[in-house]
This record gives sequence, C-alpha cells and structure tokens, in this order.
Amino acid sequence: MRKQRPQRSRRAALPLPALILAGVAVAFFALPLVGLLWRAPWSNAWTYLTDDAALTALRLSLVTSLCATAISIVFGVPLAWLLARVAFPGRGAVRALCLLSMVLPPVVGGVALFFALGRRGLVGQYLDEWFGITLPFTTAGVVVAQTFVAMPFLVVTVEAALRQLDPRLEEASRTLGASRWYTFRRVTLPAIRPALTAGAVLAWARALGEFGATITFAGNFPGTTQTMPLAVYLSLETNPEEAIVLALVMIAISFAVLVGLRDRWFGSIGRPQQVVA
Amino acid sequence: MRRCCLGVVAVLTVVTACASGESSSRSGGDADVTVFAAASLTAAFTELGEAFSAANPDAEVTFNFAASSELVAQINQGAPVDVFASADATNMDKLFDAGLVADDPVIFATNVAEIIVEPGNPRGITEVSDLADGDLVVVQCAPEVPCGSYAELIFANAGVSVTPASFEENVKSVVTKVTLGEADAGVVYRTDVLAASDDADGVVIADDVNVVAKYPIALTANAANPDGAQAFVDFVLGPSGQQVLADFGFGST
Repeated sequence: MRKQRPQRSRRAALPLPALILAGVAVAFFALPLVGLLWRAPWSNAWTYLTDDAALTALRLSLVTSLCATAISIVFGVPLAWLLARVAFPGRGAVRALCLLSMVLPPVVGGVALFFALGRRGLVGQYLDEWFGITLPFTTAGVVVAQTFVAMPFLVVTVEAALRQLDPRLEEASRTLGASRWYTFRRVTLPAIRPALTAGAVLAWARALGEFGATITFAGNFPGTTQTMPLAVYLSLETNPEEAIVLALVMIAISFAVLVGLRDRWFGSIGRPQQVVA
Repeated sequence: MRRCCLGVVAVLTVVTACASGESSSRSGGDADVTVFAAASLTAAFTELGEAFSAANPDAEVTFNFAASSELVAQINQGAPVDVFASADATNMDKLFDAGLVADDPVIFATNVAEIIVEPGNPRGITEVSDLADGDLVVVQCAPEVPCGSYAELIFANAGVSVTPASFEENVKSVVTKVTLGEADAGVVYRTDVLAASDDADGVVIADDVNVVAKYPIALTANAANPDGAQAFVDFVLGPSGQQVLADFGFGST
C-alpha cells in the first residue's frame, strides 16, 4: 500500500479468476447501457433533446444537484471531521444516524422529510408560521431531498481519508504556531483533497439520479421540481422513446464528468499523501 | 493465496445460492394468479383477493398495484402477469393494441372523481372552481396517469384553470399529500376518499362537470395460469366480487 509501484506490473499480477470475475462485473454494468443505446430512437433523438420540457428538466437537475453537492460539502466536511477526529460518547450511534439515509428507501426518506420539514412537520410548522417558508413543492425542497440522500456518500469518503491521515502532520502545524482554522485549511484540506473530490462527485451523482425522495417530498412540477429522473420516469409510461433519450443524456453527462475527473483528480488516491506545509 | 481462494469460493457459493433461491421461489405454486391492478383498486382488490382465496383454497392471488400506465409499461416489458385491471380504457387499449390481451376487456366497476380535502374541510372548498384559488395548494395526478387525465377533463368541463403544486405519479400519492396536510386539496376518486376515512374528507363534484371512470379487466395473452386468471375475473364480475367493490365505493356497471 505504502510502496509506489508502476500500474503495469500490478495489472500483470492479477490472477486469472479475478480477471474473469472483473470482466463479468464490467459486462454487468455495460450491458444495460448497451441495451439503452440499442433501443434508442436515433432518428428522433434530436427532437426529444431540443424539447423545451426536457431542457427545463435538465437545467433544473443540474442546478439542484450542484446546490445539493455544495451544501453537502459545507456541512459534510465538518461532520466527517467530527466523526473522524473527536472522540465523544455515542460517536458510533451518531455516525450510523448520519448514514441512515443511504439505506432508507428514498420514498420513506421523502415521507420522513414531510414529518420533519413539511407544512405540518416538527420543524416545518414553525418555518411556515414564523418565516413563511414551506419547502414541499419548491425547488428548495428538491435540494433538501437530494442533500438528504447524497451527503452521506461525501461524509463516508472524507471520514475515511481523515482517519488515514497522519495526525502528526496537523500536530506539527499546531506546534509551529498555526491556528486550528489555518491548520485545517492549509494542512488537512489539501491532504484529503482527492477524497473530498471523490466524495463530492459521488454525492453529486447520487443527487443527480435522485428520484424517490424528490417526487415524494418536492412533488413533480415542470420547471420547479420536475428533475430529469422524474421526467424520465413519467415519459417512460407514455413515450418510452423519449425516456430513453433523456436517460442517455443524463448518462452522457455523468460519464463525461466521471471520466474527466478520474484523470485529473483521482489519480493521487491510494498514493501516499503529500502535504506541502 | 489459499485463503483468498476460499474467499472466492465462499462468495461464489453465496451467489449461486441467491440465484437458485430466486428460481425456486418462481416455480412454486401453479395455481397462483398474478394480478396487475390500478392503484385506486388497492384496498378493494386486496380484500377481494382474500375472499377469492377463501373460496378457492388452492389459489393464491398476488397483486401488483401501481398507476395503470406504469403497469402497462411493465407488461410491455414482459412482466409475468395473468390479469390486468385498468383504471381507464386508454391504458387497456394500449395493451390490446400491442396484442397482449387474451380477449375483449370487460368493464367491472365504475368510479367518479371527488375533491379530497383535509378533515373538516378547513379551506371551505365546495366546488371545482374553488380550486382555481392561487392561495390553495392543489395537487393532481400527472396527465400521463388516468386520474390526471380525468382531472384535466373535469377542469375543462368546469371552465377553470387550476395550477397544481405538483403532478403526482399516482392517485395514492395525491391522497398522501392531503392526509399529511402538505396540500389543501387534490382530485382523486370517490373510493380513495372513502379509503382515507378519518384522515380526509371529500367534496362531491357536480355531475355535469364530473367524469365517470370505467374500469376494464382482462386476461393477458401470456398468462401462465389462464384457468386461475379466468376464475379470478369471474369472481370479480360475480355477486361476491361486486359486493366487495360496492363496499369500497365503486359503482356497478
């Protein structure tokens, strides 16, 4: 793990059974995509793509998923830091609590959000009463639903990186007189940057594909809450061709981002962390 | 290395166990009848299925409830199903045109739309035109779903333009939004208001504006158990089936 070896020798060392299993896994992920491409109505694709409703849903999806990612970073990094670095009673329970939305069926998550933030919810009734804020059926509601299901992916990734990070680096920075905040900004953050990027991309991808919690908590209205997955789902019933084209657009965007980031950022994961203090 | 091999063998054992478990559960019970039914039939058909099983002890009925349009999509993709009960003719016709229905569909029940409101009708809604009020949070089904197309027809009949807060994917989510207090009103079926009992009230829609939903039922072309399927359809159309449907607020044909 600690030793840095060229990629090629590692690949050659892979035993044949593992190679076969890996091949099956690749086919397992690739085949459904090939199926979509195979059934895609290429002659009508442009009409569906330039459809106003589709473009509106796409724009909304991009905006909300990026907002959800930003919020996940702002709150998720401190949360990951708390879970990784601060020993407090019940830490395991708090971690489980914060990751619960990963296993919760998203539709149930949506209903739970109603109970918490809805017009009659625990907190939501006061939001409505005191500030006149109601989240259900609004774009903000979409962002809340997406953040709820997406943030754990960032927290898990960043927490793992923080645990692996040698605490002596931060201690050294502190002994040299740097403040906690300065140390966090200049030592901790750069060291965990690859994991932070990976976590942010995972969270973004999850938010982009979010369906259940969104349609339950935020509803479905073109322009305000109808994101791409919702548009795909509804058009699947009446116009499967359009649904396939829309799904392929989502896949293409995510694919481009994942491939693009992989080369630029993920390359340093797994290598020893380099810190420029 | 040996430990690694053991690990691989263990994983493969689990994988094959999963796969065989799947196939064995499929082949069990030849007398089973699989029924795909519109979401609005959920409560009535669940009870009807119990009555059918009581009358035919060998037969087990399995239901899949969803928006009729979604069920059509599933059947089109080869979902295993013996009987399809739709909330409108349009979706049944889609299956019929695709050659996936065994014989002519039969109307087995009717339903009318109703406005669902919170218990006690706090917003004082009395007719369809009240829904045009911009301060009200109104939800309806998406136009792709039968209850949504009925709602749009009713708004057109009443000559009002309603801007809903959300186009829900099926009628039960409209009910949920109102019973949870997140929406003030929604357009659903009379049977849904009855099923919500204490959690919601209904506002009757005037006959000259309202539409009557006709529910067709049919055997599918690829039914694995055509005899059981026919028995179920006969039961639905027979006196005991019709009684259950009437108990849940459906009209007879």
